[in-house]
Amino acid sequence: MEYYTQWKALISSGEEVTFWQDFYVKFYQAFIEADRWKQYLGGVGTTLVVTAMALVIGIILGVLVAMLRTAHDQQLPGRRNPLLGVLNVICSVYTTVIRGTPMMVQLLIMGMVIFASSRNFTAVGALTLGINSGAYVSEIIRGGLMSLDPGQAEAGRSLGLGYLDTMRYIVIPQAFKAVLPALSNEFIILLKDTSLITYIGGKELLYAAQGIYSRTYEAMFPLIGTALIYLALVMVLTWLQGKLERRLRESDRR
Amino acid sequence: MIVVKDLHKSFGDNEVLSGITEHIQVGEKVVIIGPSGSGKSTFLRCLNLLEMPTSGEIIFDGVSMTDPKTNINQMRQKMGMVFQHFNLFNNLSVLKNMTLAPVRLKQMSKAEAEENAMTLLRRVGLADKANAYPSQLSGGQKQRIAIVRAMAMKPKVMLFDEPTSALDPEMVGEVLEVMKELADDGMTMVVVTHEMGFAREVATRVLFMDGGGILEQGTPEQIFSHPQEERTKLFLSKVL
Repeated sequence: MEYYTQWKALISSGEEVTFWQDFYVKFYQAFIEADRWKQYLGGVGTTLVVTAMALVIGIILGVLVAMLRTAHDQQLPGRRNPLLGVLNVICSVYTTVIRGTPMMVQLLIMGMVIFASSRNFTAVGALTLGINSGAYVSEIIRGGLMSLDPGQAEAGRSLGLGYLDTMRYIVIPQAFKAVLPALSNEFIILLKDTSLITYIGGKELLYAAQGIYSRTYEAMFPLIGTALIYLALVMVLTWLQGKLERRLRESDRR
Repeated sequence: MIVVKDLHKSFGDNEVLSGITEHIQVGEKVVIIGPSGSGKSTFLRCLNLLEMPTSGEIIFDGVSMTDPKTNINQMRQKMGMVFQHFNLFNNLSVLKNMTLAPVRLKQMSKAEAEENAMTLLRRVGLADKANAYPSQLSGGQKQRIAIVRAMAMKPKVMLFDEPTSALDPEMVGEVLEVMKELADDGMTMVVVTHEMGFAREVATRVLFMDGGGILEQGTPEQIFSHPQEERTKLFLSKVL
């Protein structure tokens, strides 16, 4: 503390300081002064909450869309369900629009147009990210469902199990194992994309860093710090993915 | 038990079945033989609507399968099916494979289903595999389990789609043995196979299919010893 004020005075008076003195001052004002580390921590909290909410929305939407689309594609000719046809069109419009427009633009439209009057930026951000993620998740899951040997579903149906039961007990558990790496990839992207909600006022990690360097006029430490925190979070996620994969592999021990 | 009326099936422009009419009685063991591409498997798969017929009618147990109002899932519970590639559920243990459908479809309680499954497993000599996963089993073991999995639903008819074609030669015998036992128990069976020995021994009727239709049919004796059609003679000369 005393070094900080002392050396900061030196710097502002234009005197020569050593590299380490300079480093200390900048580090101190980026993280410690005025308890700024609490802002980062709060930012991480928001990041995690938004990621978790978007994840849930994304998975629910993704699974729903993927199942509707495969159900539509797998109907027996002559027994087509018109409702499923309509839903299939809605689903394909959804994936086309979401995958065809930039995430940033979607966020701004949600934040500035559709929910312009809302002050709950975190929720709007989480909703947008979830809707966005759902489109990608649905394609990942659809790929997993289609990659499975059709014989598995046929065997289920031949026993009299309905489409949903066959999906739930036979197809999805196997498809999930196959798509886990792709799905983890999507979640890592999602975690990092939460940084975009800063632009509609969401108070997440990058927002905290921006707030700090706009006061201290020193951007390097807050930004590098932010990057390192994201990196650490992603590494934790990757570690969890590895653990889950090992557990799922237990059913095919030979 | 199964009545097939003028069954047609096309995949796009390719007509696979060109008008099949056939009656299968209770207790019959019908074996379908014929060259590949003749529509044998498609015919069998049409019986439980795994393939939707393009036209024609299938009546099973007095109910029209092809009527859009029929609850197919309910009808399928009474028709067991065994596939060429076994299609055991890879994510479930053997016991779970066998109890999933009966329990889910409320035919039995979990305890009843497990007891029933163990009885069936003992019958095919695989009780010790109850907790194994399909990836730990040999082809012959998988197929025997696939048969008893279908049996666990207590079906009225069993459909076999080339049940031994994907097996190592050594394992064919053990699967055919189980099928023979089933036949001796009086099960109604429809079997697509290339095992002529089995057809001769077990079949009450042999259908020879070619080009999407039934070209010739009769007792094993008639078909194998006195085939009438040139095409049947040619086919048999190659496989016997």
